[in-house]
Amino acid sequence: MVAVKETVEQVKQLDVDQYRYGFTTDLEVDKAPKGLNEEIVRFISAKKSEPQWMLDWRLDAYRRWKTMDEPQWARVLYPKIDFNDSYYYAAPKKNAAPKTLDDVDPAILDTYKKLGIPLREQEILAGVQMSKVAVDAVFDSVSVVTTFKEELKKAGVIFCSISEAIKDHPDLVKKYLGSVVPVTDNYYATLNCAVFTDGSFVYIPEGVRCPMELSTYFRINEKNTGQFERTLILAEKGSYVSYLEGCTAPQRDENQLHAAVVELVALDDAEIKYSTVQNWYPGDAEGKGGIYNFVTKRGDCRGANSKISWTQVETGSAITWKYPSCILRGDNSRGEFYSIAVSNGYQQVDSGTKMIHLGKNTTSRIISKGISAGKSQNTYRGQVSAHRKATNARNFTNCDSLLIGETCGAHTVPYLESKNASAVFEHEATTSKISEDQLFYCRQRGLSAEEATALIVNGFVKDVLQQLPMEFAVEAQKLISISLEGSVG
Amino acid sequence: MSNITPLKTEAEQAMIAQGASIAADRKPAFARFADSGLPHRRIEAYHYTDLRALLKNAPPPAQAGGKVTIASPLADIDAYKITLVDGHYEASLSSTLPQGVKLQSVSTLADDGADEKGVLSPDPVIALNAAFSESALDIEIAAKTELTKPIVIRIVTTGAHASYPRVRVNVGDAAKAFIVETHEGGVSGSLIDSVFELRLGDHVEIDHLRLNLVDQSATVLTTFGGAMGRESVYRGHNFVMGGALSRHQIFFRFEGEQSKADISSASLLNRKQHADSTLVVDHAVPECQSREFFAHVLDDESTGVFQGKIIVRPGAQQTDGKMMSRAIVLEDGATMNNKPELEIFADDVACGHGATVGALDEDSLFYLRARGLPKTEAEALMLRAFVGEALEKFEHDGLRDTLESLAEAWLKARSA
Amino acid sequence: MLEIRNLHVAIEEGTKKLLNGLNLTIRDGEVAAIMGPNGSGKSTLSYVIAGKEDYKVLDGEILLDGKNLLEMEPDERAAAGVFLAFQYPLEIPGVATMTFLKAALNAQRKGRGEDELTTPDFMRRVKAGAEKLGIPQDMLKRGLNVGFSGGEKKRTEILQMALLKPSIGILDETDSGLDIDALKIVSEGVNALRSAKRSFLVITHYQRLLNYIVPDTVHIMLKGKIVRTGGKELALELEANGYSDYVTNAAA
Repeated sequence: MVAVKETVEQVKQLDVDQYRYGFTTDLEVDKAPKGLNEEIVRFISAKKSEPQWMLDWRLDAYRRWKTMDEPQWARVLYPKIDFNDSYYYAAPKKNAAPKTLDDVDPAILDTYKKLGIPLREQEILAGVQMSKVAVDAVFDSVSVVTTFKEELKKAGVIFCSISEAIKDHPDLVKKYLGSVVPVTDNYYATLNCAVFTDGSFVYIPEGVRCPMELSTYFRINEKNTGQFERTLILAEKGSYVSYLEGCTAPQRDENQLHAAVVELVALDDAEIKYSTVQNWYPGDAEGKGGIYNFVTKRGDCRGANSKISWTQVETGSAITWKYPSCILRGDNSRGEFYSIAVSNGYQQVDSGTKMIHLGKNTTSRIISKGISAGKSQNTYRGQVSAHRKATNARNFTNCDSLLIGETCGAHTVPYLESKNASAVFEHEATTSKISEDQLFYCRQRGLSAEEATALIVNGFVKDVLQQLPMEFAVEAQKLISISLEGSVG
Repeated sequence: MSNITPLKTEAEQAMIAQGASIAADRKPAFARFADSGLPHRRIEAYHYTDLRALLKNAPPPAQAGGKVTIASPLADIDAYKITLVDGHYEASLSSTLPQGVKLQSVSTLADDGADEKGVLSPDPVIALNAAFSESALDIEIAAKTELTKPIVIRIVTTGAHASYPRVRVNVGDAAKAFIVETHEGGVSGSLIDSVFELRLGDHVEIDHLRLNLVDQSATVLTTFGGAMGRESVYRGHNFVMGGALSRHQIFFRFEGEQSKADISSASLLNRKQHADSTLVVDHAVPECQSREFFAHVLDDESTGVFQGKIIVRPGAQQTDGKMMSRAIVLEDGATMNNKPELEIFADDVACGHGATVGALDEDSLFYLRARGLPKTEAEALMLRAFVGEALEKFEHDGLRDTLESLAEAWLKARSA
Repeated sequence: MLEIRNLHVAIEEGTKKLLNGLNLTIRDGEVAAIMGPNGSGKSTLSYVIAGKEDYKVLDGEILLDGKNLLEMEPDERAAAGVFLAFQYPLEIPGVATMTFLKAALNAQRKGRGEDELTTPDFMRRVKAGAEKLGIPQDMLKRGLNVGFSGGEKKRTEILQMALLKPSIGILDETDSGLDIDALKIVSEGVNALRSAKRSFLVITHYQRLLNYIVPDTVHIMLKGKIVRTGGKELALELEANGYSDYVTNAAA
């Protein structure tokens, strides 16, 4: 298979702990003073020229955050974060309100080009195999450009940065922001409410099938800067959207914080498919540096027959703390979670999902594939619950873990909670290593140890890769093999 | 990081007051308990059994000399009998033990779980027992002893007080025994916090039955800690029917290679019962095999909790661990909380768990009813089969018959 | 030409020897059969030639066309022309048979410094090979060997051999678990691959397979060494008399 071959080629070209996206871009930046206080919250709001209601909302969140404790239950260890030792706003100076792509700083355009993210619409159109993908590019604290806006507008789809949405679509934002992830949901989400700087906003009108894939590409560039993005996707009755998210950051010795909140709302018969390829800088081979990725993602299947599907490929970050969830409120609604989490080096992953069954005949499916190598710890944590009125709720969960080497850990922590007599939950989990016999068989046919491992791992994660849009599946497959590089002896 | 809880609940305050007069050597254990207080839902291991909220009061510790008025549920079984009344050894209700088995009631300090070499793990309920337990019953089964009859240890509660029974059993190499632990008696207002330690040598073969038959109004917290040497076999059987609020902890550790443990459990719950089964199987050495099977039947507004964890320590290669939890929720309003966990630090392992929560299979029920069985009978038939799976590994016919009739009575009461 | 000289093998040093001074030469184009009772070391021999790590070679050498196989990794041996048809082919979930075939073929071509095949060229070869062996197209899309019957697995092994064109094909009990029709198809597949340059080592319990794949030489193996060598008639003699003569002789 082509992808496998390419993967292995790439693996061979790279050093053990080389991260492809670790370069930095030198830019003049507009920064908030270091630290976190009410003034910083006001500063961010003022930078974005936000209305008073938005500032009030942020300040309220900030005050509540100060009374909260960091969660302790996840299986991740890290030194206490000094929230005052970080910048909460950093924006490229030259980029002040670009109108078109031509106004964007060429250094930024070049960065995205290096990352392989097409921002020029003609470039995308010139590509033969690629289908059309609209991109919102978020660089540190601001969205620098959003492509295909006009074409999307014709279909009635709104795709813009959340900052623009606050100004241009205040009613929608007011109605839905914080309606899925409440302001005080958890420590990091509350912090995000206070200091979020940008992110994407998507609105799909009733009955519309979004004419192209939408995507946001997050890039952390500045040193010592946290990224707090906020994404809100609304799918009106009978609509459909597929949204993709990618993330990278430069290689730095200190840890950087990324605390995002993503809210999805699907009304009657609507469907949202949300895919993530998370490749934040994971730290070096000794565990130095890397992104702390504390993310709250939640979808609300608010309408009957609605569907929300999360697919994630997690290969980056020093620490991942992330549980994309579905609230299955509407009758007959469906939630899906497909996950591949790869950890190597000193990475720590604690990730999974929550499927909260509230409505009748709601169904959910969880497929999780964890691969641990090096000295990493990889935990699946997932909750499935059926409330008293969730008649005929159904869940199927399968989580498999693969261990490569004897110094890593793989852990499975499911929570199954049922209060309804007609709900049926099935959960199965296995943990094993790649079998020596399988490896030998592949090598007898001529594959090297690395090629054989890549092939078997690709087979192990296939069920989840299939859920990704084509181009991303190929990209993800490469990423997985690169992440596991150096793990086979 | 400690969660600061400035306010102590009424029960905690009462316990602290009782703790003022305990013996000096009990104070460290008590301090460990007092430090954390009663565990609550933000403590991960007690997430589903919040003792701070559920335990309303702390009755005074029981005095010796309580009168036993109930008959043993295992009266018909030919066995060696040992009786603890309100936590105190009662010689008059105990039989002579066979050769190779020695018994002694000692007042030395009990393990509070803080000692890593012990068979217990740090836990507030164990610390509480260590603080208030006045004596421990030590049972020594000598190496190569092969008992032909079970040893039945009755742990009886006689009134609305707190009792802290502590039993420690040491089994020498190559011994064979069947040990039964029954929890009986109690009234509304009884609090039983019992700890049973079992240390097994090499090449042993042990069956161990734990029966919770306390009154449905009592509170019972039981802990079993076991550690086993090499090339040994442990078969644990657990049966839960009693208690308004109950928690059954099992901490089992493999200390020698090539041993096997098979632990099964059945819980039959109704009304507002809350029963928690918490299990930690610790594969600390290579090449051991464990099997865990836990079944729950939940009727009315009862709540069942299963928390099971298989730990595979670094270097414990070729561990084979499989855990299964099945629960039947019979009524809306009954709750099952299931948390099967794997914690794995070695790569050459084959571990897995499965969990199901659901109703009785509709198609099977329909099939039975189409053959003329009324609904409750059809359900009873299926439930009998369901519980049977947890009992089938039981090799003592007399005891199995007793358990089956207890289950049968529960099912009859349901359809009545 | 495959030359095995004085081969001594155990699981690890100091344990019982599984191969005990084995000598065997297979000329180009020769089909050699090895027969022997259970536990005589037949499968061990096939694994040691292919380079399975579970065995320790204590002494001796294995040369393929003069190259020392024992110094090579399993994949290097494969690229050098060793093909082992496994007695129990492994299942690899999620990896389509077609994907696997292409990955293996191109890895070997690269190992030999040849260009990769183009996709249409590859597809043509697979289709032609699969048809001859009665392997339906949809089977090639399924995970490798996952859910295949015993016969399907063996046929897939032969298809792999046909594509990889080894200089020596080792068939480890390829007849086990096959009914007579499958046995015929598999044998025809092997016979079609016979050539003046390619040799075969056919490991089997029974003479039956040798009716279909007629060997040039037959070797009887016992306790880790070849105890007798003859022509194809030796197999018939064994079928009639069994191994007991050899077992008692060896014990004496």
